Amino acid sequence: MPNFIMSYLGIKDAVTPGAAGSQFWALIYVFIIFAGVSVAVMAMNWLERKALAHFQIRLGPMRVGPHGLLQPIADAIKLMLKEDIIPAEADQFVFWVAPLIGLLAAFTVYTVIPFGPSQAVSDMNIGILFMLGVSSLGVLGIVVAGWASNSHYPLIGALRSSAQMVSYEVAMGLAVVSAILMTSLNTAGTGTLSMIGIVQAQQQQGVWFIFKFFPLGLIAFGIFAIAMIAETNRAPFDMAEAESELTAGYHTEYSGLRWSLFMLAEYAAMIAVSSIAVALWLGGWMRPFPNLLNAPAWDFIFSLFPALTFFGLAAIAIIGVVRMPAHSFFKIQRIGLAAFAAVLGFIALLLLVIAVAGRSADGSVAARFREGIDYVYWFVFKVAVFMYLFIWYRATWPRYRFDQLMKIGWKVMLPISLVVLIATAIVGVLVS
Amino acid sequence: MNPALNSGLNSAVNGGMAPVATPWFFYVLAGLAVASGLAVITRRNAVHSALALIVTLLSVTGLYLMLYAPFVAAVQIFVYAGGIMLLFLFVIMLVNIERSSKDRQFNRMWPVGLAAACALLALFVSAFVKGKALFPDRMISLPESSNTQQIAGMLYGEAGKMGEYTFAFEIASLLLLVAILGAVIMTKKKI
Repeated sequence: MPNFIMSYLGIKDAVTPGAAGSQFWALIYVFIIFAGVSVAVMAMNWLERKALAHFQIRLGPMRVGPHGLLQPIADAIKLMLKEDIIPAEADQFVFWVAPLIGLLAAFTVYTVIPFGPSQAVSDMNIGILFMLGVSSLGVLGIVVAGWASNSHYPLIGALRSSAQMVSYEVAMGLAVVSAILMTSLNTAGTGTLSMIGIVQAQQQQGVWFIFKFFPLGLIAFGIFAIAMIAETNRAPFDMAEAESELTAGYHTEYSGLRWSLFMLAEYAAMIAVSSIAVALWLGGWMRPFPNLLNAPAWDFIFSLFPALTFFGLAAIAIIGVVRMPAHSFFKIQRIGLAAFAAVLGFIALLLLVIAVAGRSADGSVAARFREGIDYVYWFVFKVAVFMYLFIWYRATWPRYRFDQLMKIGWKVMLPISLVVLIATAIVGVLVS
Repeated sequence: MNPALNSGLNSAVNGGMAPVATPWFFYVLAGLAVASGLAVITRRNAVHSALALIVTLLSVTGLYLMLYAPFVAAVQIFVYAGGIMLLFLFVIMLVNIERSSKDRQFNRMWPVGLAAACALLALFVSAFVKGKALFPDRMISLPESSNTQQIAGMLYGEAGKMGEYTFAFEIASLLLLVAILGAVIMTKKKI
């Protein structure tokens, strides 16, 4: 039995399950990613409501659990128990299938997201093309939902959303191409479309592509960062669900579980596009400064970060316990929050033990485990920064008008991305 | 299970990789493609037909992946399932569905359509019967990793010499450019 497990661990650490042809581990990875993304969406939901509230000097959810920590769970239960209404005049089958299209598109993308050099379900030769292609299928779900509702607001929302997504896909694609060009510039014939290959190219060239050919990489990244907000229909480009104009846009007629599937798909798509940005421009799974601070001591210090993060979270929870009013009314909340702090502290302790046990990079099981945790941690950390930016944008900027949005997409972003693409090619040829 | 298909798939596996592409996947994808293809022509509602066509295109994408042609699969998703079908849906939604669903599904051209379908069927049957003799052996045995590079080499040429299909490729792109310009001129009254 241990031999059996170890052989799988051996496969797991060398290559992705897809490359090893191990359907068992591929399935396990899929389950882990599915669970992880679902939990991340719930956490994001809570954080968004809290952060938005604090931006506007409100408290946000405070009633369900300490500081509203259990609010996402309460929301999920509420949505599941709610009546699932299908409008009488709606196209029943299409109405039923529309949220699933969006959800499938959003989650299929995760098969090629590189959480580490071997921490991905599969590494496709055409990874980035696959990601962009499948995530562009998500718009089908929105269009079909808007049509099937047989109502005015959803239809207008769907039309707006698809026009917007199609126009921003062009600028987005050109920005991605300029990043892909950078993978092949140092030596001829090393260009790649594989997500893992792109991160490894940044590793070999010793520079994140956002800083390469300054400021070309930065501009391409900026275009992608703007286009991805439009792609996911988030504020300030949330024309498809503009509350003040269209009630709720394409999902006006949806309720209960089906509505929550739309929300899940939207947030999963946000995480997915942020992962593309992280992998293409921000060095993917690499820790900061792997080329400048490359002594083993630095490796060790940076490998402490996962544990430190969880210690920090535990400390915040403990402060919450201490600051809770000394009234019997808060007794259960206090116990719950203390238990939560204890769980966080335990995870932190576990991570600390792994970081210390695997500090020598000698290929032992502990060392490989430590490396895997580091890769996933830095990747998720960078993605989490993007998630916070999404909230920040929403709190900061007012919504664009629709014609302004199209004008920016076609008359500003597209020409700039074309110029950046051509300039990248020219500079690349001159340098190499 | 067709033994020729099986050996072809196994020989395509590179670097001692275990094949994930099993007959089971093939029959599921092929069945899905045929079933949804039938749905495309039998549904009265045009939007249902379009959705069924998307399922067909996606299952064909799966077949491309099984043939170790990932680039073709990605382009299929990007261009057909993502781009063209979205435009299809756009157009269909602007059509009055209620009136069009009452239209007759067949007009007097059906014998011509039947003849064309029979000719295509005959072609497929002959390809199935003759099998390997029709295609050169080397076509299937490209390793997955070099497939995309191979396509690039054919289209753009490699090592200083022109590719096999560079000229045809450029002509096709010129044609597309003309089509784009035509669309702009037709929609814009004043340029």
